[in-house]
Amino acid sequence: MHELSLCQELLEQVEQLARQHAAVGVSRIVVRIGMLAGVEPELLQSAFAILRPGTSAEHAELVLETIPARIRCRSCGRESECRVNHLLCPICKSTDAVLIAGEEMWLAQIELLQRRADSMLLGDLAGISSPEANRDRTAGSEGASPREGRSS
Amino acid sequence: MCGTCGCSEESVHLNENRAAILAPPTYGNLLRLNDLQAERNRQLLDRSRVLALNLMSAPGSGKTSLLEATIRALQDSLRIAVIEGDLETENDALRIRALGVDVYQITTGTACHLDARLISRALQDLDLERLDLLFIENVGNLVCPASFDLGHHRNVVLLATTEGDDKPAKYPVLFRTADVVVINKTDLLPFLDDFSIVRATDSLRNLASHAPMFSLSAKTGADLQPWLDWLEEQVAGYRALHGQGKTLRPSFPLDHRKNRAPTELRFIPVTSGTALG
Repeated sequence: MHELSLCQELLEQVEQLARQHAAVGVSRIVVRIGMLAGVEPELLQSAFAILRPGTSAEHAELVLETIPARIRCRSCGRESECRVNHLLCPICKSTDAVLIAGEEMWLAQIELLQRRADSMLLGDLAGISSPEANRDRTAGSEGASPREGRSS
Repeated sequence: MCGTCGCSEESVHLNENRAAILAPPTYGNLLRLNDLQAERNRQLLDRSRVLALNLMSAPGSGKTSLLEATIRALQDSLRIAVIEGDLETENDALRIRALGVDVYQITTGTACHLDARLISRALQDLDLERLDLLFIENVGNLVCPASFDLGHHRNVVLLATTEGDDKPAKYPVLFRTADVVVINKTDLLPFLDDFSIVRATDSLRNLASHAPMFSLSAKTGADLQPWLDWLEEQVAGYRALHGQGKTLRPSFPLDHRKNRAPTELRFIPVTSGTALG
């Protein structure tokens, strides 16, 4: 039952990112949870409901993407999806397997709301004032960038 | 080095400035603060060359009994201390203290696991320079302790014959963290018709775990030797690495929670200054 402390850390990171990018709010948070991560998605949602009031994520949707367990068989080399307590090769039955997915527990994506004027200003400043912020921005390749916001 | 919190000389004291922990802006890992503190703990242990083992099991599988038997067998050759984690009472600590070794009791109240911050406090209280081996007896729980790096070097998971041989299948997350699995209470096997060591082994192997398994009775002392040999191997291996300036980590990597891809940021322009409309 450590979902509450995980959620505190999640919200802290979201707050930091929101502050760093002068966001007026957060609309969506995506967290990837592997089925072997030891995190119960429902409890994390409940913790989020308890902790979000008063934070920039107060109105955000928390999306939890569940990642199934996958192994690579070291005998036959093939990759397969497995039940969490049955991590053996379904093809050659070897137990000499390596888990390649299913232990994830990370903040994958957030959507930040920016005022139009702010986003224009930050778009101009990002390159010179904060290389860190700039790198973060370029990571969000599919999202609406501040520059797109300016051109519309 | 700083003797208070284990931070390196050039950095800010952890206890004085939380921002120092927050400094690296590596977003994504939801156990970031714990993991950073765990690294500090490991550095502190490594400075004094103390091998730390995290002992995890369900309540009542005999963690304290195993420690008693182990300490009796090894205390002439190794300097040992124990950190005891319990929700309430100092009963286990009193049992260990009776053997003449240092015990630091952590009473967690309602918390169901130990974390790196709690261990950090304990490490400040223990005289690490006078230790070779530190056992951390985690709270009896097969769920939560699995997720927390304490800064230790090896994970030991204990399973009692009275618990059933399918425990690894029921608690795969915790059993997958094991560097070694010890089956305790083999003295009760004649009275149990539903526990098979072969089935317990299969149950662990089905988790893609190659951890060694030892069956013993902490109570009678039967078959204790392979476990003691394993411990001495770990101490020797750790010291060899230490001599090369390296450290030992639990072979189950807790880096799954670290960012495999950076947190993706999407920017949604809004015209009004309000949050979601």
